[in-house]
Amino acid sequence: MAKGIRDKVAILGMGCSKFGERWDMNAEDLMVEAYTEALADAGIETKQIEAAWLATAIEEQHVGKSAVPLAMALRLPFIPCTRVENYCASGTEAFRGAVYAVASGAADIALALGVEKLKDTGYGGLPQRGRGTLNNMTWPNASAPGSFAQLAAAYRAKHGSAPQDLKRAMAHISVKSHDNGAKNPKAHLRNKITIDTVMNSPMIAEPLGLYDCCGVSDGSACAIVTTPEIAKSLGKNDLITVKALQLAVSNGLEAQHNSWDGSYFATTRIASKRAYEEAGIRNPREEVNLIEVHDCFSVTELVTMEDLHISGEGRAIFDVLDGFYDAAGTVPCQIDGGLKCFGHPIGASGLRMIYEMYLQMQGRAGERQRKDLPRIGLTHNLGGFPHQNVCSISIIGRHGA
Amino acid sequence: MSAGILGFGAYVPWRRLQRKAVVDAHGWFNSALKSQGKGERAMANWDEDAVTMAVEAARDALTGFDRSGVAGLRVASTTFPFLDRLNAGIVADALELSEDVSASDVAATQRAGVSALIDALRSRQKTLVVGSENRRTKAASTYELTSGDAAAALLVGEGDVVAQLLAAKSRTADFVDHYRSMDNTFDYQWEERWIRDAGYMKVAPPVIRDCLAAANVKPEEVTTFCFATTLSKVAQSVAKAAGVPEGAICDPLYANLGDSGVAHPLLLLAAALEKANPGDKILVVGFGQGADALLFEVTDRIKTHKRGLGVSGHLARRKEETLYSRFLAFNGLIEMERGMRSETDKQTALSAAWRNHNTVTRFNGGKCAKCGTVQFPKTRICVNPNCGALDTQDYHSLADAKGRVNSYTADRLTYSPDPPACYGMIQFEEGGRWMMDFTDVDEKELAVGADMRMMFRIKDIDPTRGFRRYFWKAAPMTGAVKEG
Repeated sequence: MAKGIRDKVAILGMGCSKFGERWDMNAEDLMVEAYTEALADAGIETKQIEAAWLATAIEEQHVGKSAVPLAMALRLPFIPCTRVENYCASGTEAFRGAVYAVASGAADIALALGVEKLKDTGYGGLPQRGRGTLNNMTWPNASAPGSFAQLAAAYRAKHGSAPQDLKRAMAHISVKSHDNGAKNPKAHLRNKITIDTVMNSPMIAEPLGLYDCCGVSDGSACAIVTTPEIAKSLGKNDLITVKALQLAVSNGLEAQHNSWDGSYFATTRIASKRAYEEAGIRNPREEVNLIEVHDCFSVTELVTMEDLHISGEGRAIFDVLDGFYDAAGTVPCQIDGGLKCFGHPIGASGLRMIYEMYLQMQGRAGERQRKDLPRIGLTHNLGGFPHQNVCSISIIGRHGA
Repeated sequence: MSAGILGFGAYVPWRRLQRKAVVDAHGWFNSALKSQGKGERAMANWDEDAVTMAVEAARDALTGFDRSGVAGLRVASTTFPFLDRLNAGIVADALELSEDVSASDVAATQRAGVSALIDALRSRQKTLVVGSENRRTKAASTYELTSGDAAAALLVGEGDVVAQLLAAKSRTADFVDHYRSMDNTFDYQWEERWIRDAGYMKVAPPVIRDCLAAANVKPEEVTTFCFATTLSKVAQSVAKAAGVPEGAICDPLYANLGDSGVAHPLLLLAAALEKANPGDKILVVGFGQGADALLFEVTDRIKTHKRGLGVSGHLARRKEETLYSRFLAFNGLIEMERGMRSETDKQTALSAAWRNHNTVTRFNGGKCAKCGTVQFPKTRICVNPNCGALDTQDYHSLADAKGRVNSYTADRLTYSPDPPACYGMIQFEEGGRWMMDFTDVDEKELAVGADMRMMFRIKDIDPTRGFRRYFWKAAPMTGAVKEG
């Protein structure tokens, strides 16, 4: 089996725009905002970048097709640029492209940038759009909350959880993310809320209320990667390197075969296992210090805790309510506010998570900085629907950790 | 061998609009409506039309029958969704009738269903006759209160009939009691007293007399008289003029359904057959620019006939609707703010629709000949992780499969003409599953493990191009025919 990516590639610099309703910004402006921060952080010039990847998911809403918008916005010097789209895993996909380019020796320095400008639809929530000629004929007109809400129904049925217990744990997740987001100046939502706020919010898709849903935001995030050797030669110490990058994509088993019960993410279970193996992690609950997961909805985060093999099956409700994932808990989850409060500009989200890991590991996370600098962190994206999706996992950490 | 009725069935939509709700809304304007606020009328869901209701009535009538033997299909309606596209073609496809079937639409008069029935019986071919009506009526009109949406179906031909045709007679007169032209959305009616005196009373009794004479049956021998009209006392007057006993007049199903137009005489016939005993003589009359009369004699076969839900079963499957505004919205009678999410383009690629009609219209999945796994849709490579065989799947219909809810939600964010949009993963007992829309469902009924059945419905309406596409949806098993 291939040995994987562990410690072959280091992060040279990162940047992230403020997320939110950026009424005065085009996607191109947001790209430049993230990019200039990353470039300054890396301490290099544009001409040193040899290859680039752009992640956008709903490009028809802003930049349109291809990687040309990236090359033009950043004035990249006629280098290879590629646009990737893989639902909400798009940002991590761009990162994977850049990291693999460096690991393969095809490029010394590569860039990954994700951007999404979602607030030009005229309404709240994600843009409503077609799903393809044939899918449109048979799929429900499902919204994202309607799709993910179904996890709750199946989870309750499988584990015999009382609806109010599950709802309370979901509420705890949202309250925790708002607490964390309040400390993050780049976050979209910075207001603190209470359990009652969540429990009493208007129903969006049973049992998900308004406060069980993440923000829909404009934003961009950017990573510049290189080899550890080049990073050192550029004067970088205390390197943050990539330990694992894994992807699992549904093949129709969940959607078409009756072996899946609807209560978990088959892809996440597989991708996380492979990622731990690639990173040399045997006991994730003990060895992973910080996680950023795809909390598009509170129930997604709850279920994902089990699928990442950190909470035992059927135990996530208890870990959540015990504060295990709180900012001051054992393994903080969404210490930056997560999708819930940092916001969710789809193409940027995966890179935003890695950005937080990168800051936390270097002690640069400001008011929300974890006291003990995390050594190993995991980020997770889940794009699509519980019954057919793309799951990406990245594990990054201190070089040699 | 003589021709007759082999099978019968009906379909009545789940919702029953309370007439009082209509009268409460319009009594201020038209005080004459105030006396008509009793009972309820059948109300099609937003995702139903004359085609979908025809499919459901036909499925009901075909309970226990091998469909491959059906040689003809006649669908009658004055409210077909398509003017130039064979509506019966959609019905034939959804029913998975043989490709050799002769299918046609019969339209343009309230007696179209009865006329189609006569023609089908005379053809002596095994023919499915369906009447279906989803009539649009003006707000605050009498017809809004008296009409009802419904469909009925009769399988006719030679052989083991439950009712044998004794005679049939017709006459035609361009008597225009009401009309709807290419330029009109709604019917235009003339005075009821004139319709009664110069129409029903002049046209119907002679046809009935001719029909009874041809059968050599005396009027007093008629046990059941199926006569559809919303005008009071007309059935009684016609019966009296023809010598038919008043006690033979069947319940017009006005209290809980209303007048279902083209479908109604067939629906009354189906209802009569549900209660019939061997030897009963059932007289059916259709009225509209003339009249048709048919006389049937019920056979012993009626006692052992395998039935579907029928009229009585569908009337029992019922949800009271007290919101008149929902009726207005479903029927496009009010300009609603539907929100920007409703603006999504619903264009259907006709080429892709035809290429996938087995999947979409027939709800056929695939069954792997190697491992037996049923899957939807039918694909080139088997989904079973332990199989993965290439090109081993045969078409496998899931239209009549029993499903169970695996997961569900009630979605208030997405656009639906009837929010919340309820949908979820349906798992079929025989294998296969699909994330699909639910219909005719109360949010509070939703539960993992709930039994569901499949119903043919409108999937999306494309207002820009005047098109609608159909697919199957899951509805609670409540009231469905029990297996075995």
